[in-house]
Amino acid sequence: MALPNKPLGELKAVRDPEVEEREVDILIVGGGMAACGTAFEQKKWSPDAKILLCDKAAMERSGAVAQGLSAINTYIGENTPDDYVRMVRNDLMGIVREDLIFDLGCFVDDSVFLFEEWGLPMWKLSDDGKKMDGKKGLKMGTLKEGATPVRTGKWQIMINGESYKRIVAEAAKLALGDDNILERVFIVELLLDANEENRIAGAVGFSVRENKVYIIKCNTMMVACGGAVNIYQPRSVGEGKGRAWYPVWNAGSTYTMCMKVGAELTMMENRFTPSRYKDGYGPVGAWFLLFKAKTLNGLGEGYVGSEAAQAELQKYAPYGTAAITPTCLRNHLMIFEMKEGRGPIMMDTVTALKDLGASVSKKEFKALESEAWENFLDMTCGQANLWCGTNTEPDKKNSEIMPTEPYLLGSHSGCCGLWTSGPDYDWVPEEYKIRYKDKVYNRMTTVNGLFTSGDGVGASGHKFSSGSHAEGRMCAKSMARFVRDNADFKPTISQSNEELVDLVYKPVRLFLEHCDYTTAIDINPEYLKPEGMMYRLMKATHEYGAGTATYYQTSTKSLEMVMDMLQMMREDCEKLAAGDLHELMRAWEIEHRIWTVESHLRHIQFRKETRYPGFYYQADYPGQDDENWFCFVNSKYDPKAKEWDIFKKDYIKIIPD
Amino acid sequence: MPSFVITEKCDGCKGGDKTACMYICPNDLMVLEPNEMKAYNQEPDQCWECFSCVKICPTQAIEVRGYADFVPLGSSIMPMLGTEDVMWTCKFRNGTIKRFKFPIRTTAEGAANAYLDLVGKDLDSELLSTQEADGYEIPKPLATV
Ligand SMILES: Cc1cc2nc3c(=O)[nH]c(=O)nc-3n(C[C@H](O)[C@H](O)[C@H](O)COP(=O)(O)OP(=O)(O)OC[C@H]3O[C@@H](n4cnc5c(N)ncnc54)[C@H](O)[C@@H]3O)c2cc1C
Ligand code: SF4
Ligand code: SF4
Repeated sequence: MALPNKPLGELKAVRDPEVEEREVDILIVGGGMAACGTAFEQKKWSPDAKILLCDKAAMERSGAVAQGLSAINTYIGENTPDDYVRMVRNDLMGIVREDLIFDLGCFVDDSVFLFEEWGLPMWKLSDDGKKMDGKKGLKMGTLKEGATPVRTGKWQIMINGESYKRIVAEAAKLALGDDNILERVFIVELLLDANEENRIAGAVGFSVRENKVYIIKCNTMMVACGGAVNIYQPRSVGEGKGRAWYPVWNAGSTYTMCMKVGAELTMMENRFTPSRYKDGYGPVGAWFLLFKAKTLNGLGEGYVGSEAAQAELQKYAPYGTAAITPTCLRNHLMIFEMKEGRGPIMMDTVTALKDLGASVSKKEFKALESEAWENFLDMTCGQANLWCGTNTEPDKKNSEIMPTEPYLLGSHSGCCGLWTSGPDYDWVPEEYKIRYKDKVYNRMTTVNGLFTSGDGVGASGHKFSSGSHAEGRMCAKSMARFVRDNADFKPTISQSNEELVDLVYKPVRLFLEHCDYTTAIDINPEYLKPEGMMYRLMKATHEYGAGTATYYQTSTKSLEMVMDMLQMMREDCEKLAAGDLHELMRAWEIEHRIWTVESHLRHIQFRKETRYPGFYYQADYPGQDDENWFCFVNSKYDPKAKEWDIFKKDYIKIIPD
Repeated sequence: MPSFVITEKCDGCKGGDKTACMYICPNDLMVLEPNEMKAYNQEPDQCWECFSCVKICPTQAIEVRGYADFVPLGSSIMPMLGTEDVMWTCKFRNGTIKRFKFPIRTTAEGAANAYLDLVGKDLDSELLSTQEADGYEIPKPLATV
């Protein structure tokens, strides 16, 4: 019998990796929807620039859209950007960056047109009002030519989106060229310029495939690494913990990397705990919107329409009483029922399909059933298997729904992220513009030359896949301008190559130094494996940071306690150990997660009210306090002093009600 | 619902310089054991069941078994990815089988128009390249506060 102290992982890490240096004009970090938008657009405006894109995975299936999607959730079409702002503002309880949202609304449809041209099948309405899938619908022409999409709600359109990401990545890779793309390169930290204050100059990362550290200098950079998951204990803790709603591979890199070089964050208190089919995390949107299903409490009552529920919503007027109830308040009603002992909450799929079936032919009913399954198979395959495993046919058996553990993101129905510049129009307030050498650069963060998009941009949710892509393209144009205006910049990095390698490979070096001391490789007094740290983070947030353990409630004292724990976690990250390249990535991911969570909880702690009931509750400050808190909360980490500053920032209303 | 590799079916992608499943997994879970030349999922509890590896494996060696925590045994769902459609076979625990076919793409693979020849004109406007080419006009708010 061999002792269990042999390194796991097939790609062993070595003490001294190879170093590859690069110098480019434009660096794109991430390869998701937003980064693919940038990759597509960049060369159209910077034909001669040197560009590099780094993705930790393979762009063909990286990011939140890896599995596919069954709807594009933002398509303006016959609506106006003005109405789009009103919808987002109401869903996010009043405090959003209206300039960013309006601006996005002007560009998003162009990305949708491109997707269709590239081959993404879009559902259409026939002349007599019948739904046609993306293949049959081809004969109706394209959306750009004026064909009518199938809407599930005012903003969403249906697609056959299994290959959504493959199609979008194909165009991005073609436009940028394979030579300018590094896949399986995980970016660890951003680097500031040695000579100029608050100026981005590069990034450092490593290959997950070979022992190699990349040191990349650049003039300007866009970071779009998505949001954060695995920061709270998920509802399943065994084999099933990979089945979170949000893709398990986005680790808060966007927020942490930008925050660590001093970029200002906004609305990090906002989180997203969507209500989804329990355990499988299958989407519910189509069931509400397309199939008109209702939710029932454990007593079989349609609680949403009850007097008690309406009275509860009344407390949060005008948002609660608006035509469309904000996402967090819909959760709030559900949690209210569960806490009162009237759970579990069921989606009444049986009645919905029966009602629909009554008005259609057998053949049409078959099509409906297929739509219901496609909704899962296109974007949450595991939910389909859960239905199969539990013998659930939705026309015969209802399914439970439940709010998830918290996630942080800025492009779905959440809005945490970086404070960025709006566009340079005269209707945009001066306070929303960020200048560098007198010029405004749309979507630039407060660090000069550093841009973000998609989940990275704060206070501007509801962009979704299409909006994230469009925003990536908008960044490309800003960055092209930035490079033109600052062509003489020479990025200089203050750290030596050895220092940077030591930073990135520290977990490997620590591991190699100490791994022989004990007989079992994971338990060693000199180091901690990333998995152990992940559990420590999850336990702390779960119990003290308004996780599912407490029905999303925290308190002043709990927050104080979790802050102490987080500080020790940050200190202990110095002792993370990795024996192989996969584990090295896990070590850096947990570091990114811890910083992101800390900023989230600092924001909740600072905002002395409960802005998003249903997403979280601050027990000492229940309810909203518009008088004192109708403002953004922003924070900034000072990379030199290593201190946080957190402060209010004025909200400015632009679009009338 | 973690992915698993069927020993007999996996041929290690014939010893090519990279295996399909390792290339595609967004979470870097699939690895090749170089002695046996077989792939395996190195961290099943971090599997998102995205089916990317299942869809790409040239020998159909990868399948998925429901998560032990909450999926009763006996079911399976399997995709067959074609160039235009995906075919799903969904098998229930009680033996019921349902098959679905959905379109995945309306153009040939590799045919996405990347507008390689499109060069933007006015870098100082906010227009995106294709909007500029189309003569699009950027809307302004209908009214402001
Ligand atoms: C479960 C779910 C369902 C959704 N459903 C819909 C829907 O039906 N319709 C819709 O329109 N939108 C939907 N969305 C929203 C949409 O997917 C997102 O808005 C969009 O993907 C955000 O784009 P992004 O580029 O910011 O992030 P992502 O697309 O997630 O991309 C992040 C990228 O960063 C890379 N990365 C991460 N960390 C690093 C690092 N440290 N170094 C290098 N690279 C890194 C990742 O590999 C990935 O390429 C859904 C999202 C989720 C999570
Ligand atoms: S893709 Fe299939 S055949 Fe190739 S290594 Fe992976 S499991 Fe084996
Ligand atoms: S199903 Fe997805 S996450 Fe799981 S191993 Fe396969 S590619 Fe990776």
